[in-house]
Amino acid sequence: MREEPAVDIVGLVKRYGPKTAVDGLDLSVGRGTVTAVLGPNGAGKTTTVETCEGYRRPDAGTVRIFGLDPVANAPVLRPRVGVMLQSGGVYSGARAEEMLRHTATLHAHPVDVDLLIERLGLASCGRTAYRRLSGGQQQRLALAMAVVGRPELVFLDEPTAGLDPQARRATWDLIRDLRDDGVTVMLTTHYMDEAEQLADDVAIIDGGKVIARGSPEQLCRGGAENTLRFIGRPALDLASLLKALPADSTAAELTPGSYRVTGKVNPQMLATVTSWCAQNGVMPDRISVERHTLEDVFLELTGKELRA
Amino acid sequence: MTATGTFLPKPGAAPLTRMIRAQAALETRMLLRNGEQLLLTVVIPSLLLVLFSTVDIVDTGADGSTVDFLAPGVLALAVLSTAFTGQAIATGFERRYGVLKRLAVSPLPRWGLMAAKTCAVLVTEVMQIVLLTAIALALGWSPHGDPLSVALLLILGTAAFSGLGLLMAGTLKAEATLAAANLVFLLLLVAGGVIVSLDKFPGAARSVLELLPISALSGGLRDVLRDGAGMPWRDLGILAVWAVLGLGAAARFFRWE
Repeated sequence: MREEPAVDIVGLVKRYGPKTAVDGLDLSVGRGTVTAVLGPNGAGKTTTVETCEGYRRPDAGTVRIFGLDPVANAPVLRPRVGVMLQSGGVYSGARAEEMLRHTATLHAHPVDVDLLIERLGLASCGRTAYRRLSGGQQQRLALAMAVVGRPELVFLDEPTAGLDPQARRATWDLIRDLRDDGVTVMLTTHYMDEAEQLADDVAIIDGGKVIARGSPEQLCRGGAENTLRFIGRPALDLASLLKALPADSTAAELTPGSYRVTGKVNPQMLATVTSWCAQNGVMPDRISVERHTLEDVFLELTGKELRA
Repeated sequence: MTATGTFLPKPGAAPLTRMIRAQAALETRMLLRNGEQLLLTVVIPSLLLVLFSTVDIVDTGADGSTVDFLAPGVLALAVLSTAFTGQAIATGFERRYGVLKRLAVSPLPRWGLMAAKTCAVLVTEVMQIVLLTAIALALGWSPHGDPLSVALLLILGTAAFSGLGLLMAGTLKAEATLAAANLVFLLLLVAGGVIVSLDKFPGAARSVLELLPISALSGGLRDVLRDGAGMPWRDLGILAVWAVLGLGAAARFFRWE
């Protein structure tokens, strides 16, 4: 029999009064993978994750965690699932290390607390009360609390929001280690580079629905084409270049001496262009490759205008 | 990157007793570390006891020394301050800052959290009672009565105030709970037979005030500790009714988020 996915969401609908936060969302997360849920503010990311965590009951559709109902089977699931909320979750007077040690005590086989403190750079603030921690320190403590119980699955709601670059790296490294050790990770994020760096699978959601799904590479390959630009002698014979390139490529001289080539930009294409330049005795100046990023895909799909 | 094995999944809840003990210890530390809470639970009851026993402000309305009148009232106030005011404020802010939300997905079951909170309240009360008893004895207090009656009153009083405190914390906003819990503390301090005898109030008001949980607790404790009365069934009954109503309503209406 096939193993149940870690998370299986089918046709999830969740309303708050007249507002529909999640509107028929389908998503399944394979075991041992990192899945990033991307979306603009108000897209339904947190509502979706909190339904998986058992905080809310679906108005329609089903959510299954390891094949179990997150509300009805909560006592069984709680030790197996680690949760990092978007904010809060700690007594304002509790010290960072004290709270992490306490959370570890609630689990049968916790991770070594000292190791986690060191990995997440919490040693210098271990004796500091939670309310006096910086936002980044609070985030890292919440992450440590989510993983300290050696869960099979962790939900991380915007784990790197407001972190400085070093702390962000430390968080990324930790998430990669989680995956390497077989932990399933479902995280929400606003950061495209985070999804590109970490995720095996990306789900872009907007208006309470999944509007695109795939690996970062698949999503980037989708959408618009990639571009290569260079500067050379004006009025080069582009017809001979086009003959050497794959059929769906284009080449144009935008302004005298400034060239743009579009198509599937890969090492082969770059080699074709540079060798064509060599044949024509042209030094391609300022040659640059503009690859489609996840950010482009995201903006294309969700629109560029600011939302309320 | 290679697997380190550090996070190799090995989920499991700790044994229940260990979870509840750890949670109770944490809750107690949070209570004792909070300056405002200590003011309410330790400083105010101690000051009232010392001040009113040594300075002749309070007309005790009965024979016997002032401290014999005050000590039972202040013990009732100690229970009120911890089980009701302190617990309501702390729980209200825990709810506001997502502490309860986060604990709800930890392996500790909800009833385990409530058990731990109760333990923390009882531990704090024991410390208060030891301190206040020592002060009262130093001031010449001579308690009477059956310790079992006293223990029953204190336990039922704790249950009644806890139910009301949790009801408030679980339904109002944290700031509203903070304000209301302090106001109720002040009102009950004055009108609940703690430092002012209910005999001072007009008959009609008095018969209503006597039904308050604080009046039942302070009156019952006074009857036993000062007058050496037997089991104070009427007061125990009033406290039991409040406990059932308060805990029942809290269980029904408490919102975790």
